[in-house]
Amino acid sequence: MSDKKLRIMVAKPGLDGHDRGARVLARCFRDAGFEVIYTGCHQTPEQIAASAIQEDVDVVGLSCLSGAHRYLFPAVAKLLQEKQAGDITVIGGGIIPEQDFQPLYDSGIKALFTPGATLDSIVDWVRTNIKPRA
Amino acid sequence: MELGKRIKAGDIRAASRLIRNIEDNVSEAKTTIKHIFPFTGNAHVIGITGSPGAGKSTLVDGLIEWHRKLDRTVGVLAVDPTSPFTGGAILGDRIRMQRHAEDPGVFVRSLATRGALGGLAKAVGDAIHVVDAMGKDVILVETVGTGQQEVEIINHAHTVIVVLVPGMGDEIQAIKAGIMEIADIFVVNKADREGSQKLHRELMTVLDMSKIPKDGWRPPILMIGNAFDPVEFDRGMTELTEKVKGHYDHLISTNQIGDRIRRKTRHELNEALRSCILEPVMKMLVTSGELDTMIDVLLKKESDPYTIAEDVAGRYLQDCIKP
Repeated sequence: MSDKKLRIMVAKPGLDGHDRGARVLARCFRDAGFEVIYTGCHQTPEQIAASAIQEDVDVVGLSCLSGAHRYLFPAVAKLLQEKQAGDITVIGGGIIPEQDFQPLYDSGIKALFTPGATLDSIVDWVRTNIKPRA
Repeated sequence: MELGKRIKAGDIRAASRLIRNIEDNVSEAKTTIKHIFPFTGNAHVIGITGSPGAGKSTLVDGLIEWHRKLDRTVGVLAVDPTSPFTGGAILGDRIRMQRHAEDPGVFVRSLATRGALGGLAKAVGDAIHVVDAMGKDVILVETVGTGQQEVEIINHAHTVIVVLVPGMGDEIQAIKAGIMEIADIFVVNKADREGSQKLHRELMTVLDMSKIPKDGWRPPILMIGNAFDPVEFDRGMTELTEKVKGHYDHLISTNQIGDRIRRKTRHELNEALRSCILEPVMKMLVTSGELDTMIDVLLKKESDPYTIAEDVAGRYLQDCIKP
């Protein structure tokens, strides 16, 4: 009787202590039946990538409200690639201007959610696009 | 086979994936466990248990730091609860351990209980084997926040640390059965708070009342102060690590380690028997819908649980059931 669960990591890269949104999302993913690994604030991309691999997650959800997303999000995606973990999907959210979307998509970020995105729409995106491995 | 080799070579992705396969009950996981089993049993397994918010993760972080200073590699299995309603979980123990995230000598894996009741996840036993086969010298197993009865950790750990904080109840709590009996080491954490001396005294009284110190080892009671007071916390951690080492040496010198390993192995075999005998039968009853039919019969009082169970046993266990 196989019981495949989706594992998702919610992480806050960089110098950004505003984690209300990340915690609300963590809770929301929990209620959707996912196993959510929350790593707290002020994480380096290196810490996030290493943790994602140790935890064998399907998705890493990055939250950034500091404006440094153009550097931090691609850094996480790149590190995962380098560690042969490019199959782990990276998504992001936060205060992200529209003109930054394309460069972020180009760097390997699969989806972006900005203020106004409903919790349901985020969970639905994960449900539709991510299948638990195993 | 392939996965087993990669795990022995210390491949983190392979190890984490195998732990996931065990959690998800994927059948190939058993094959890999069979393959790595001969290479397990080398690590010192330390269990850390105590009530929610007692400071278990912070102490685990301190223990990682100490072992790393001695150049010992460390595996951590940290368990947090699964929602009984949605099946989801928030696994937040590693927040306290993130300074070690990039250290190749440290492997931290969070597990959700997925309905297991003893304070651990069902997968913990096999997950310990995986981390052991990776060659980690020490394995720290952090239970969920426990109450009184969640003592499953004794079936897995060589050394059990019970973490208590002041203000959790009167002295009667200290003489109750269950979690208060399983400690090899007591930690009174957040000892800068009011009531810690009283808690210490109560624990002393409890230990004084035990006629024979458990296995010739009287569990020490350590006071550890505020984690944000680095000097005081460090002093407490140093004492804790000395006692952890002292306990392990005691187990070895008195050969009680053998008894602990036997208990662990017995438990493991129990689990394997359950998974190979009971679970297939349950699965068959569930998928065929027979289980629901049986419940209907019981609700109408047309039979009773024992008659039905004996009937099922009769179908599968002919050799064991004597008329």
